[in-house]
Amino acid sequence: MAKIDFRLNGVPVSIETQLNRRLLDVLHEDFDLIGIKEGCGEGECGACAVLFDHEIINSCSVPIANCANKDIVTIEGFSNTSRYKILKDAFEEEGAVQCGFCTPGMMIAAESLLNKNPKPTTEEIKIGLSGNLCRCTGYNMIIKAIQRAAKVGEGKW
Amino acid sequence: MKVVNNLTHSVDGLGILKGRAAYTDDLADKNSLIVKVLRSPHAYAKIVKIDSEEALKLPGIEMVLTHKDFSRVPFTRAGQGYPEPSPHDKFVLDEYVRYVGDEVLAVVGSDLAVCEEALALIKVEYELLEPVLDFEKAIDHKSIIHPEPEAHEMFPIGFEPLRNIAASYHMHVGDVEKTLSECDVVIEETFFTQAQAHVMLEPHTVNARMDYQERLVIYNSTQTPYHMRRIISQGLNIPLSKIRVIKPRVGGGFGGKQGIHGEMLVAYVTYKTGKAAKMVYTRKEVFESSYTRHPMKMKVTLGADKSGVLKAIDFHCLSDTGAYGEHALTVFMVVGSKVLPLYNKVDSVRFYGDVVYTNHTPAGAYRGYGAIQGNFALESAVDMLCVKLGMNPIEFRQLNMMKETETSPIFEIMGEGTAGTAMIMETCKLEECVEKGMKLIDWNDKYPSKDMGNKIKSVGMAIAMQGSGIPYIDMGSATIKLNDDGFYNLLVGATDIGQGSDTVLAQIAAEVLMTTMDKIVIYSSDTDLTPFDCGAYASSTTYVSGNAVFKAANDMLEAILVEARRILKSKEVEFDGVLFTNELGETISLIDLSNEITYSEDQKQLSVTSSYVGHKSPPPFMAGFIEIDIDKETGEVDIVNYVSVVDCGTTINPKLAEGQVDGGIVQGLGMAMFENVQYSKKGALISNSLMTYKIPTRVDINNLTTVFVDSYEESGPFGAKSVGEIGIDTPPAALANAVYNALGIRIKTLPITAEKILLAIKAKERN
Repeated sequence: MAKIDFRLNGVPVSIETQLNRRLLDVLHEDFDLIGIKEGCGEGECGACAVLFDHEIINSCSVPIANCANKDIVTIEGFSNTSRYKILKDAFEEEGAVQCGFCTPGMMIAAESLLNKNPKPTTEEIKIGLSGNLCRCTGYNMIIKAIQRAAKVGEGKW
Repeated sequence: MKVVNNLTHSVDGLGILKGRAAYTDDLADKNSLIVKVLRSPHAYAKIVKIDSEEALKLPGIEMVLTHKDFSRVPFTRAGQGYPEPSPHDKFVLDEYVRYVGDEVLAVVGSDLAVCEEALALIKVEYELLEPVLDFEKAIDHKSIIHPEPEAHEMFPIGFEPLRNIAASYHMHVGDVEKTLSECDVVIEETFFTQAQAHVMLEPHTVNARMDYQERLVIYNSTQTPYHMRRIISQGLNIPLSKIRVIKPRVGGGFGGKQGIHGEMLVAYVTYKTGKAAKMVYTRKEVFESSYTRHPMKMKVTLGADKSGVLKAIDFHCLSDTGAYGEHALTVFMVVGSKVLPLYNKVDSVRFYGDVVYTNHTPAGAYRGYGAIQGNFALESAVDMLCVKLGMNPIEFRQLNMMKETETSPIFEIMGEGTAGTAMIMETCKLEECVEKGMKLIDWNDKYPSKDMGNKIKSVGMAIAMQGSGIPYIDMGSATIKLNDDGFYNLLVGATDIGQGSDTVLAQIAAEVLMTTMDKIVIYSSDTDLTPFDCGAYASSTTYVSGNAVFKAANDMLEAILVEARRILKSKEVEFDGVLFTNELGETISLIDLSNEITYSEDQKQLSVTSSYVGHKSPPPFMAGFIEIDIDKETGEVDIVNYVSVVDCGTTINPKLAEGQVDGGIVQGLGMAMFENVQYSKKGALISNSLMTYKIPTRVDINNLTTVFVDSYEESGPFGAKSVGEIGIDTPPAALANAVYNALGIRIKTLPITAEKILLAIKAKERN
């Protein structure tokens, strides 16, 4: 057991834990943040994506030991921002949500992409979101949603 | 129409986008016991001895369950109506294991870590048996996969377990051999389709608890809550009245969640111990120990006269159902029933063959089942026939395909597991679909191909049909309740699994009741609270459950008009959704009426329940056109555009309908291009992770062009047919045809990989 301090959704937190636990499990079990989903447990599907010092990572592949002093944002934290609202509206408008299991991770990926590249081309969106799998939509609607968000939210990213 | 066929947001989008608790495991009791299965490392073996002594000593281990804990009651996990057309050939746990990943035993413990520790301590002795791994050699193989005397069929489905045959079927119209002998042009070709994995993002998930009335409450990520309740009751001998199945938000199903997976074990543990329990499949378990699509070998013989009229189709099919016979017959029959009527001008047609057991992961329901396999074979064969005829494949289809007001004798002969239902095509806009698709893909300019140096551009196409539910078998129902303040509850057993049926059904109710979506509070599905519905399969929800909602909403409209007439003391009352007005111009609002009947005078709860069972299964139709660039050096295919022109009747929700078609196309393209369930020589699954089993990512998909033609199916709610499966059917054949149009190379075995194309290019060069 060891003490780990980090920032979670803007708030400093501190936990006593086994260092080899997955960040995903800590978020689920210790903080009841269940918006992020476990789709594969092997870092391939992106359903468990969170922001880790502003970079997207799959929380199933990160031991909590690596999170000391890091800034971690989950969908629950991101949903308090104005950029979230723009993305959310765009996902709704474009019908980009079907079963929704990939959606929180997809939103985090969109935020991460737009943070780095506020005006991505279609090709850049495809590459930017290629780490997040969706089996329902065929992706077209998600691409349109991000294009819409980039346009509506110009200047926010 | 104000709500139907208009842009309406999904009723559930926002909560999902916020990451709120919604899915099955979000709702599990925090103290749930973990149920973890020890899975067979062998493709076929008999369990000789299980030593779990050390495991049981571990603190936190509650129990170890083996086949000795369960009575020998076979059932089918197919998740169908009763009696099922699938053989009852599965025990909760058995002394035989029939594929790598089959259940050996289950440990039950306080957390996952202790369960895994326990699994490592358990020693199992097996007697290895020779597995059947080649489905073409399964019939009369010396190894019999289901020798147990308890296995049985519920009614005749051609079940011959001692020959490794799970089901067999034969139908014919006319004398196909005679007709073929009289044809000018005949082709005979054999096609293979592979197993495909569902890869819904949410794994199979179930949890259970006992409630304060000592009833078993099961939260389940399922497509079929009512069938689930019945099958658990039968399999575990628990009274049906003691079981409640709640379906929360489901993270995708595609047929994989029609069936039973961990439910029996979790239900047993909770019922036996009184403690909450849960199971979430790992991704490996989803791949290895749930279902795949049925792999098939199909031999197609087509005969035509010189003018290009198709005269005969002879279709032999061999299907591999894996270790258990879930959907063995039904998937098989759909290969014929939802494919062959496309060409309804033939003099004779024959469809026959067997579904065999092998020691592979079982095959089960999967979006577009049977249809995608049959479509690949028939629509590839049609293009091959056209080459021999020297005829343009589009002209051939225009001449021979199903048209509005026509029929096919196959509809009456073939249903799903039983005989079918005769029907005339009241709506069939295939001609328009083909014409529109040609324009959108620019067929006349691009067909067959254009050499662009390193790459070659080509187009290909296929047509398809599906159904809308299973007539006279599958029933949906809806309850509508009026509340004070004038809003409605809509309770449906129909199962939203992410496809958006909650939204679509609420739209139908809102349209009939002339109200807005915020006044319809929809809830699905809970076997204690919502009325019966067969569940989400067979493209039935919009048509079957939608018709039930349409009826219920009209019944509710009548019920509130009765109250308004009484209150306004008038025989003639008009209603606009908000206000009732009598002939004297006196009015009462729905809000006031609902408050009055709730609290003030002649109080009552207005509530109606209506059911619907289809009398036919009007097929949606589509034409799929693909444009590809093939790299001549590498054989790599770049999908430039996929045009889908769909006749699904009225699109109740155009965005959701488009989402269904787009999603189906991409899943179909995955199967066409690279998705492939593969086994080692000993029968172990190689493709058991998302690293070894590729599904399409965003970079694999360029343009999808999805449009709907105007169509109004009189028998559907507001003119709707189904749209959930039709999208998946055309990509394999359209791609195969496009590859042929580019290179003159015919790939008859899916998936059509770059490697296969390149090898064929090299072989062609050598010759």
